[in-house]
Amino acid sequence: MSENPATTLLSPYRVLDLTDERGLLCGKILGDLGADVVQVEPPGGSSARQVGPFYGDDPSPAKSLYWWAYSANKRGITLNLEHSDGRALLERLVSSADFLVESYDPGYLESIGLGYSHLSAINPRLVMVSITAFGQDGPYAGYRAADITGMALGGFMHLTGDPDRAPLRPSFPHFYLHGSAAGAAAAMLAHTHRALTGEGQHVDVSCQQAVARTLAHAPQIWDIEGAILQRMGVYRQTSGDNRVRINWPCADGYVNYMLQGGGVAPSTRNLFQWMEEDGFDVTELQAFEWETMGYGRITPEVMDTVVGPMADFFLRHTREELTRGSVERRILLFPVATPSDLRQHPQLEARGYFASMEHPELGTAVDYPGAFIKSGDGAALAELRQRPPLVGEHNVEILGGELGLSSTELDSLRRTGVI
Amino acid sequence: MATKPLDGVNVLDFCWVAVGPMTTKYLGEYGATVVRVESAKRPGTLRSAAPFRDGIAGINRSGYFASYNANKMGITVDMRHPRARDLMLRLAEWANIVTENFTPGTMEGWGLGFEELSAVNPALVMFSASMMGRGGPLERQPGFGPVLSSLVGLTNVTGWPDRTPVNPYGAYTDFIVPKFAVAAILAALDRSRRTGEGIHLDLSQLETSLHFVAPLLLDYTANGREQGRLGNRDPGGAPHGVYPCAGEDRWLAIACSADAHWRGLLRVAEPDGGPLHSDAFATLLGRKANEDELDRLVAQWTAEHDRHHLMHSLQEADVPAGVINDPRDLFDDPQLRHRGHFQWLEHPEIGPYATDRSEFELSLTPGSLDTPAPLLGQHTEHFLRDIIGLSDDEYRSLEGDGVLE
Repeated sequence: MSENPATTLLSPYRVLDLTDERGLLCGKILGDLGADVVQVEPPGGSSARQVGPFYGDDPSPAKSLYWWAYSANKRGITLNLEHSDGRALLERLVSSADFLVESYDPGYLESIGLGYSHLSAINPRLVMVSITAFGQDGPYAGYRAADITGMALGGFMHLTGDPDRAPLRPSFPHFYLHGSAAGAAAAMLAHTHRALTGEGQHVDVSCQQAVARTLAHAPQIWDIEGAILQRMGVYRQTSGDNRVRINWPCADGYVNYMLQGGGVAPSTRNLFQWMEEDGFDVTELQAFEWETMGYGRITPEVMDTVVGPMADFFLRHTREELTRGSVERRILLFPVATPSDLRQHPQLEARGYFASMEHPELGTAVDYPGAFIKSGDGAALAELRQRPPLVGEHNVEILGGELGLSSTELDSLRRTGVI
Repeated sequence: MATKPLDGVNVLDFCWVAVGPMTTKYLGEYGATVVRVESAKRPGTLRSAAPFRDGIAGINRSGYFASYNANKMGITVDMRHPRARDLMLRLAEWANIVTENFTPGTMEGWGLGFEELSAVNPALVMFSASMMGRGGPLERQPGFGPVLSSLVGLTNVTGWPDRTPVNPYGAYTDFIVPKFAVAAILAALDRSRRTGEGIHLDLSQLETSLHFVAPLLLDYTANGREQGRLGNRDPGGAPHGVYPCAGEDRWLAIACSADAHWRGLLRVAEPDGGPLHSDAFATLLGRKANEDELDRLVAQWTAEHDRHHLMHSLQEADVPAGVINDPRDLFDDPQLRHRGHFQWLEHPEIGPYATDRSEFELSLTPGSLDTPAPLLGQHTEHFLRDIIGLSDDEYRSLEGDGVLE
């Protein structure tokens, strides 16, 4: 019997996580993969604890659901890095850490004497990951960024929304999540080099670039065809004048079906077959050569021919009917799901996705989204094993137990506001 | 050539469409030898996808395919040929990592499941990505990014409160997943190198993408609440939105979440006083209560000005502001240019084309994109003879039997 990979993928490694709401996901991914992640917060707690929504709508530091989502599987300590004693303790932790992740404005850590050159002198093996809106240098490096301004500058918003209104972002912040997830990938690239050579390095992540990479072929359409894709509401422009409809009202809500040919022509033909069984005349629809119409090659004439009958068909059925029938018929249709749909989703249920986490401090347990990856034999690779830390919850365990500070020294640090 | 972190790492890549190729593009950019296995009989969807140079379609002419497959070699193998399996087992001995994103069961159907691959290479890392993950009642449900955004719950929170939801642009979840995937693949490679033991990774695109709405899921499981569509508004800020500027379809995003941002905006917009100075807007509470009127006044102001000029003025006043970059603007964006975001490669049929580099810089071992996407089957002979070491006879026999199609 081989050892359980759930506890061995990244279990030899320690991550110091200095990020706030702009970078928490990076350490979360490494923690989910088994690393020992120590979240370092300022005394009083991270600003991420002020990000809603909140458990029971109580905006106290232990009840931010944003914090919960992205700090599970981490332990937490407090350190005042603006205090020399706090910096000295961080340096001691750095000397034996494998990764340090941070999301401060460019130049801040340098200004308090904790820049990469200083930290790498303490620990040349250290992989330091800096996650910022635009990267460590360049004309926008000092710019203020919010989610919406970042999604704008990354090019995402131009392509999302209705054509007769302003560009849109999702009503949930993604700008820093993209950069944070990229930070985890980059951390592991740097780690792979370090594992062979012993050499650490500094990783500089740009969230703007991370968002710009989400635009599929929109930049290539400009570069190669000289066309600028536009946002089209329930339609999506695929190339030049070509567009496909992807969002459809049904009897009791909305579904997504993106009409496509090429490699997914069978799905399209299966849908038409279903429509025919429902009494629609699909002779004209089936006559098109879907197999040769790859992505971006369905013309407006073809689209306009099929959209009417398809819209009528969807309106006759509920989301549940359409979703179930599409599974049986191998049609690429999905419901526009809500959290309650997801909580009850049969596939997530079968794979045991949601995992209950005890919150003894609240006298309750809460279902969390589970592992982002599993082992092929069904075993968890990324179990939820640590409730999001309370402010300073592991100060004694880590500063006392690992660094060997006495309770007198810890008391003194508390009095002087270092922890 | 400079050292790259994945020098010497061999990847046998069965991935197709977007999410898989995006994942293995990172690996190739950082030094791995990535060999894409394609079929000339059933070329992948992206090879027939626009854009095409001069509008002329062709199996080697897709700019979409070219962008995601830079720095990879390409071979063609007819996986349904009876001799394909033995060839692939031989390639699995060469590989450190095998990647695939077929419907679960496809690799097993070819006799190339993890057990069979690890029998010839016990240290192998196999990465399988699928829409829904392996096992479970819906493992074989087909799907792809654009509609998966809806299943993940993202479409439901994208749109105006008074209108139907709209999809986030593109195959959105396809661009969330690769970053998680690279981290997991390299964590598995690290473990394989330490222990000599391979592993099979099973990534559900649905489950991974849900981490981009995790707080909203917790809001439901803990509070029983489902957030709706907010347009561009945010409960913690006002003004918070996208405002029209001079020119056609020109816009500026502004986010005032702190009072200091609001005071900065006032200094820029109404240095000598004006309607925005009204007491009704003095506090965030007041601005939220009168947000329609506030947005109307801000839009009235921005509409008369150049978007870049406004962005710079607001940034100088420490107000978060950013222009809406369209795809063309991205190529002119001074920050993206400074970072060298786009790289041009010379493709034998497409000519020079732009592809995006990774969003991170590694100080010691930077990545680079050096070769264009492979033509269909471009490296079949080179790879099998020069790298795998097939003899003349072996190669000719496979070729003659139609295995390499």
